Amino acid sequence: MTIELQASIPHGRIEEKWVTHLDHIRLVGPRNRPKYTIIVVGTGLAGAAAAASMGAMGYKIECFCFQDSPRRAHSIAAQGGINAAKDYRNEGDSVFRLFYDTQKGGDYRSREANVYRLAELSMGIIDQAVAQGVPFAREYGGLLANRSFGGVLVERTFYCRGETGQQLLLGANSALAREIHDGRVRMHTRTELLDIVVVHGRARGIVVRNLVTGEISSFAGDAVVLATGGYSNVYYLSTNAKGCNVTATWRAHKKGAGFANPCFCQIHPTCIPAAGEHQAKLTLMSESLRNDGRIWVPRTKRDTRRAAEIPQDQRYYYLEERYPRFGNLVPRDVASRNAKDVCDEGFGVGPSGLGVYLDFRDAIGDRGADVIESRYGNLFEMYERITGENPRQTPMLIYPAPHYTMGGLWVDYNLMTSLPGLFAIGEANFSDHGANRLGASSLMQCLADGYFIIPLTIGDYISRHPNGEIGTEHPEFKEAEQTLRERTARLLSIHGTRSVESFHRDLGKLMTDHCGISRNEAGLQEALKNIPEIREAFWNDLAINGGSAELNQSLEHAGRVADFLEFAELMCIDALTREESCGCHFRQEYQTRDGEALRNDEEFAHVAVWEYTGEGRTPVLYKEPLHFEALPPARRDYKK
Amino acid sequence: MKLTLQVWRQRNADDAGRMARYRIDGVRPDMSFLEMMDLLNEQLNQRGEDPVAFDSDCREGVCGTCSMVINGRPHGPSRGTATCQLYMRHFSDGARITIEPWRAKAFPVIRDLVVDRSAFDRIMQAGGYVTVHSGPKPDPNALPVEPEVAELALDAATCIGCGACVAACPNGAAMLYTAAKVSHLGLLPQGQPERYQRVQSMVAQMETEGFGACRNYAECEAACPKKISISFISRMNRDFLRATLAEPVNPRGTMDSQ
Ligand SMILES: Cc1cc2nc3c(=O)[nH]c(=O)nc-3n(C[C@H](O)[C@H](O)[C@H](O)COP(=O)(O)OP(=O)(O)OC[C@H]3O[C@@H](n4cnc5c(N)ncnc54)[C@H](O)[C@@H]3O)c2cc1C
Repeated sequence: MTIELQASIPHGRIEEKWVTHLDHIRLVGPRNRPKYTIIVVGTGLAGAAAAASMGAMGYKIECFCFQDSPRRAHSIAAQGGINAAKDYRNEGDSVFRLFYDTQKGGDYRSREANVYRLAELSMGIIDQAVAQGVPFAREYGGLLANRSFGGVLVERTFYCRGETGQQLLLGANSALAREIHDGRVRMHTRTELLDIVVVHGRARGIVVRNLVTGEISSFAGDAVVLATGGYSNVYYLSTNAKGCNVTATWRAHKKGAGFANPCFCQIHPTCIPAAGEHQAKLTLMSESLRNDGRIWVPRTKRDTRRAAEIPQDQRYYYLEERYPRFGNLVPRDVASRNAKDVCDEGFGVGPSGLGVYLDFRDAIGDRGADVIESRYGNLFEMYERITGENPRQTPMLIYPAPHYTMGGLWVDYNLMTSLPGLFAIGEANFSDHGANRLGASSLMQCLADGYFIIPLTIGDYISRHPNGEIGTEHPEFKEAEQTLRERTARLLSIHGTRSVESFHRDLGKLMTDHCGISRNEAGLQEALKNIPEIREAFWNDLAINGGSAELNQSLEHAGRVADFLEFAELMCIDALTREESCGCHFRQEYQTRDGEALRNDEEFAHVAVWEYTGEGRTPVLYKEPLHFEALPPARRDYKK
Repeated sequence: MKLTLQVWRQRNADDAGRMARYRIDGVRPDMSFLEMMDLLNEQLNQRGEDPVAFDSDCREGVCGTCSMVINGRPHGPSRGTATCQLYMRHFSDGARITIEPWRAKAFPVIRDLVVDRSAFDRIMQAGGYVTVHSGPKPDPNALPVEPEVAELALDAATCIGCGACVAACPNGAAMLYTAAKVSHLGLLPQGQPERYQRVQSMVAQMETEGFGACRNYAECEAACPKKISISFISRMNRDFLRATLAEPVNPRGTMDSQ
């Protein structure tokens, strides 16, 4: 098997590509659409928007999520906001500027044409959401309000208090609810995708497990869309919801879809540190806190005094000293790396030594308690609820945590993976954020993919194939079902001594240490040696109680961890192969004299796409070269 | 900390269920309630017993998945806090804690603490939307919305759909949930064309699902992790009344049979 990387980027100037493409792609007429079944897995912003839009066009949609309601997809947790190049503030914002910021923020490791299209579609998303009744923040005059986000020079972020993801998802879900009511979308909740079925080289369906009854069954369709989110939970502790997983995209990869840039994972600098071994997940504190909070550690190593007892001249404001121009507002990757460095050197604070202070004392002094309260009151409350400490009096403790995965299934301009008939949208694909994502850009991408791109591009694929003709009685389906029943039985028959959780923790720690904020060859080699050992222990010593024909949460978790244990290896191989530093991917061997990331455009201006070649075999690397026509790459330098 | 837990165990929907007692050691005050449950499950697993099934996902108080009645109160003792954001420092060493699932006719138990809340989704499907297709729309600033109206709509829309309101209500009513949904869209200009039809369809669905009647106990507001106000219920009642009094309209006009 080989992978064909036809990115299918339309010809013409970058501003014309999408429009010209739409003029020429094949359409499916309204009378024919109900003859086609499209399977959509995932009901986050990407999946809900796609299922609702395609349902409304008349396609027959089978839609899946593992939660008990489509509204609970992980997108619900997004806080800060969503970008759009509306330029309501008259600041000179434009499609080009949003394109430029995204491309530069991603450290020039994404495909120009896709990024430009994203910027172009950004405005329509806001219009769409408002029409659905999303209650964005308004100014006194009744017009939409904006805020700045993630260190860009314009205010282009739209928001609903601290719950933008929730409101956008409720909007997309209301559209989905309407389609479900009208019968064009059939919704399957508490149902987990376990495999993709390929017939004659095309994705023709999926195998799922009903999480309540344990029943394994299949669905056939004319195309399959994965909107299953990101894989930050490979680190065990991340800001993602507990259920987020790599299962869908990993199984797709094993069935022939290329996996792109798996090592690109964004580590968010401002999260509440782990309190101890029992920690189940990490909570993100909004990035906006860095607008007023000052980050510091004591100048003396392993200083055990309380923050208040440390005099001003013994405080090391390391970001302000190292990056005088950007100070505490350096991009996420830079902030995270510096926090790790000072903690590794022994300056870290808090019970574990893995923490730095985010201090509002000076902001309260300068601007007054009221102003700071009005900006961050709800975040302070949340922090207090979790830690029991009042950040108005003692500085917050923060530490970086895995947050978002830029890597994902490789897709062409139409968002189709290298497996014909299989599409990937939202965080599940690799397409728009390169090696680092800017704040408030994921919600934008999920909705652009779901509302505006996939409903049109999927028609181009569908119209080239006759509908139906293969159903779930086809032997490929039966075989896939059988394999999964055996796998489930195998997981339940190990009768070992250790819980799923304990293996997931071990893997997470290993990945955090060796494939996290900074990486080096020795560490990655070490991880590649250890992952198979954990995997081996997992398959020999796992203990799961309960059966397969019932709700069994340990069994669900075990299936996901089994996949993480395979996937983690690919991440490390990718990180090892990319011998440069770019965005989130900091290889210690490749840095400038003053410790900044050293990109290598000559050898690594490509998307690394991996092909699965079988268990125990080394995956094969394919490269999609990146061409920079509209925007020549520049060095990201936050020191000057 | 050492605790004694009384936990509802029920194998499946057909099982009668019972309370089981567990002693748990090694709980720390900085653990979240769900991390304490994780620890219990770890210990049960070690002993070869089935872990307690419970729902949770984001663990940040926003997805609305977690759902436990703790010492008789949905989401436990802290106001405006979902189970996942409740911390063990609110309990004392040696405490005895009872943990039960949401109890309501319309939320049948699936297993242990996991219940079926799909009735909520069906209420939404009955009318909780504005009918718009995906595609070009007018610029939103062409239609200003007073910030207080947008904020009030957001106060309603902030509902996380957890179902604590139903679990808290002696009658198992879903009025606060439905009212929040109805009010969110009913307040905004975009929601006006379908406003009266929406309230009728959603209330009708609510009744079909077997939720009880509202008797103004206000327990729902007290249990709501998002502190949604019961004033939305009066707002919904007003809309519902107006919808009932109005002449029935056929949204397709009179040309339907042409
Ligand atoms: C705490 C937090 C805050 C954030 N804040 C922002 C922000 O302010 N702005 C911004 O732009 N981005 C933000 N992000 C990022 C953004 O929220 C996500 O990248 C985005 O919501 C992902 O959406 P999605 O539709 O791709 O997937 P998700 O919302 O993750 O949805 C995945 C869906 O797939 C389903 N699924 C997954 N696997 C399976 C399977 N095997 N079988 C069946 N179903 C499956 C799930 O049930 C779910 O419905 C934030 C992220 C976090 C963690």
